[in-house]
Amino acid sequence: MKAFAFERASDAAAAVAAGADGATFLGGGTNLVDLMKLGVAAPTRLVDVSRLPHDGIEETAGGLRIGAAVRNADLASHPLVRERYPVLSEALLAGASGQLRNLATVGGNLLQRTRCSYFQDVTKPCNKREPGSGCPARDGEHRNHAILGHSEHCVATHPSDMAVALAAIEATVEVLGPAGPRTIPIPGLHRLPGDKPQHDTVLNPGDLITAIELGGPAPRSVYRKVRDRASFAFAVLSVAAVVEPADVRIALGGVAHVPWRAEQAEAVLRGRELSPEAIAEAADAELSAAIPLRDNAFKVPLARNVLIRTLSELAP
Amino acid sequence: MDAEISLRINGTEHELTVDVRTTLLDLLREHLHLTGAKKGCDHGQCGACTILIDGRRANSCLALAVAHDGSELTTVEGLAQGDELHPLQAAFIERDAFQCGYCTPGQLCSAVGMIEEANAEGAVLDAPAIRERMSGNVCRCGAYPNIVAAVADTIA
Repeated sequence: MKAFAFERASDAAAAVAAGADGATFLGGGTNLVDLMKLGVAAPTRLVDVSRLPHDGIEETAGGLRIGAAVRNADLASHPLVRERYPVLSEALLAGASGQLRNLATVGGNLLQRTRCSYFQDVTKPCNKREPGSGCPARDGEHRNHAILGHSEHCVATHPSDMAVALAAIEATVEVLGPAGPRTIPIPGLHRLPGDKPQHDTVLNPGDLITAIELGGPAPRSVYRKVRDRASFAFAVLSVAAVVEPADVRIALGGVAHVPWRAEQAEAVLRGRELSPEAIAEAADAELSAAIPLRDNAFKVPLARNVLIRTLSELAP
Repeated sequence: MDAEISLRINGTEHELTVDVRTTLLDLLREHLHLTGAKKGCDHGQCGACTILIDGRRANSCLALAVAHDGSELTTVEGLAQGDELHPLQAAFIERDAFQCGYCTPGQLCSAVGMIEEANAEGAVLDAPAIRERMSGNVCRCGAYPNIVAAVADTIA
């Protein structure tokens, strides 16, 4: 691991100032410390933001406000989250392991990097790690890569389960930046790779995630994850779905550089009953834009089947 | 860069000077010669390094020591009371819940934390729940059936 200077942020403003000056924020460290060991990340200045007072879960008018330093395990087991946002609790518990969830923070979960094997291997080219060096995944190992929204420069997927649930819930991220506080909707925090895959999100240097806001409860919601083993594996594919009286919101994981909001499917289902025909039509509408790679075409019928099964379970 | 930190480890206070790159796992093993926590993958994927940080199970290989200044750690060396084994340790022996033993310290610490978590949630720990909640601890000898049985014995 390369040498770095370490400090603990005294308050959020000091962290933001350090970040704007080139420092990297440390949350639970479950991804960043690993990337530092691999040489993928080499911060020269690390600012620990895990002890900032952003560790509460509080009720707001109609929703919940979750501090960015809340640990994934604590969010997953919180009674109000389990009762009102089952999709979020299920997504968190489908991710990582018990001991990782005890360390990992909510803010850090959103900002974790892709697990593309080329990104994590400094001996290989990777446009995300080293812009302009190329993307070996396009013609190499890409069974678990994107089928939607990818570019010639990057076919990586976003690894977070939690972010997929938050995209379906329509959560909002509170950010404190050098110019002050602002909010960003979760489908909109992460960006498609385009020709700048080095940027996972729309955040700028110094932007510190301070909280996540959840809107109205989503009691009829579910997270379904498909993986290569029964537990403790990243998603091959996942579906988060929230059913409301006149609306269905759907997000897919494991298919894109972002938690993929299935807007085409939602449009097909708007105002309709969740009949088997409507659900199948919605799945087909969403997946008509899929451009699978050589070895991951199986994800298209897999996504269709998981979408149909998940939505069918939520149908009245 | 070095930093001064204090940790309470298995009931003993330690004032330490560490390079800020040092993980808790390397601090325990290389500096304090507490070699119970094992280095398996060193990337948070195997669970052999699992310890309890302030009572909660965590992968010590991904925890920078400096970030856990002031914490209380329990390693496998701190589970027994003198010569009296922790009930989980006794159950692992009774059930023959290991072969090579390399993953066992992590399995034990993880199970201690896991049972606490389940109790706090009021969750029932049947065999599928134990398997799911212990999935962060890999056993390459494949002693899983007996590990599950040992954990279940302890809860019963």
